[in-house]
Amino acid sequence: MAATRKEIIAGLADIVNEIAGIPQDEVTEEKSFTDDLDVDSLSMVEVVVAAEERFGVKIPDDDVKGLKTVGDAVGYIESHQS
Amino acid sequence: MPVRFAATAAVDPAGQFPRPQARKLDRTAQFALLAAREAWSDAGFTARAGEDDSVRPERVGSVIASGIGGVTTLLDQYDILKASGARRVSPHTVPMLMPNSPSANVSLEFGARAGSHTPVSACASGAEAVGYAAEMIRTGRADVVLAGGTEACVHPLPIAAFANMMALSKNNDDIERASRPYDSGRNGFVLGEGAGVVILESAEHAARRGARVYCELLGQGLSADAHHIAQPEPHGEGIAAAIQNLLDATDLKPEQVVHLNAHATSTPQGDIAEIKSLRRVLGDDVDHIAISATKSMTGHLLGGAGGIETVATVLALHHRKAPPTINIEELDPQVDADIVRDTPRDLPSGTIAAINNSFGFGGHNVTLALRTL
Repeated sequence: MAATRKEIIAGLADIVNEIAGIPQDEVTEEKSFTDDLDVDSLSMVEVVVAAEERFGVKIPDDDVKGLKTVGDAVGYIESHQS
Repeated sequence: MPVRFAATAAVDPAGQFPRPQARKLDRTAQFALLAAREAWSDAGFTARAGEDDSVRPERVGSVIASGIGGVTTLLDQYDILKASGARRVSPHTVPMLMPNSPSANVSLEFGARAGSHTPVSACASGAEAVGYAAEMIRTGRADVVLAGGTEACVHPLPIAAFANMMALSKNNDDIERASRPYDSGRNGFVLGEGAGVVILESAEHAARRGARVYCELLGQGLSADAHHIAQPEPHGEGIAAAIQNLLDATDLKPEQVVHLNAHATSTPQGDIAEIKSLRRVLGDDVDHIAISATKSMTGHLLGGAGGIETVATVLALHHRKAPPTINIEELDPQVDADIVRDTPRDLPSGTIAAINNSFGFGGHNVTLALRTL
């Protein structure tokens, strides 16, 4: 069963909290991973791998570049989850 | 496992960092950062370089050595690769395991932009870092340098490997007394872990900011055995050459030397080779040198040893107290020198000097001279 948009944001918030130490309630759709959430390019790989496992999606490296904000990631996961 | 013990740090360094930072730092870098923070604040600095007017970032260097680098990161990630596949290997693996990672992280934390360097010479690495840092100042590249060594390789693989070289003590049933330099029954070193970092500063810069100065680093003497990849040269010729180079390169006077922090790791051959070399190059002056083998208390920190033993030597001069060599029950009769045994010993008043020796697999010999002001 596919996760709802709200569930995806909550899941990403947990992942970003684990990797970058940002409080979950600060992980909102308009936030930039790099500029707002202290997720550098290496840590972004960790976020992606964790998100793949959590939501059962595949996020190829070429697509990761397009995921600038939390909203970008939520949209990608929503449309690619099986 | 033939060896089932090591001298591990009393505190887990990871707990001293926010979790997101700790998980991106190998234990070697964690130890190095903690030691660097202690040294930096002890030297009277209260902010990152450039954040106040105490020192410019362009004038601060970082020279932190490691003998082995982030080997536990490498091994842990290989376990993850085998168990869970390539996708799960941390993208932080390379920046964590590279041997220059501790120096790079110190440079990052303190804003050190004059240069960040990592000498690698096995168990001489930390001392080589201190010597390199002194050269940075002497050649005008920096005013202040964070210098030392770090190591964290307490893991079954390095322990098995060192044990199979017959380098480690196998006293599994008497671990407190396993590290026993100069004792007749010594049978190898005890693997330790941790970091030691000092702040080197040009005399002018230290005077300008009114810094408390422990002592002067006169310089270093270096040589290589060119004898065997792991065995010490039995007569200590390479070590004697390093000490002779130290005497030639500095104004150290042998009669001023009252203390020596020996490399002495508790191996049958190495401890004696060092003593023989001292006699060869310093002659009767050895008789007024209080020799301490602090690895009897710390274990052997490999690339970190030169760092913590520089700290020990500096503080021995500052407090005029030589630290003891513990665990000698029966002094090896070949040890023709004055070993500080069991309890600390007071050092004389007046201008006094000390030598800190570090030698590494590969035949690297590093000796540093320090003197009170």
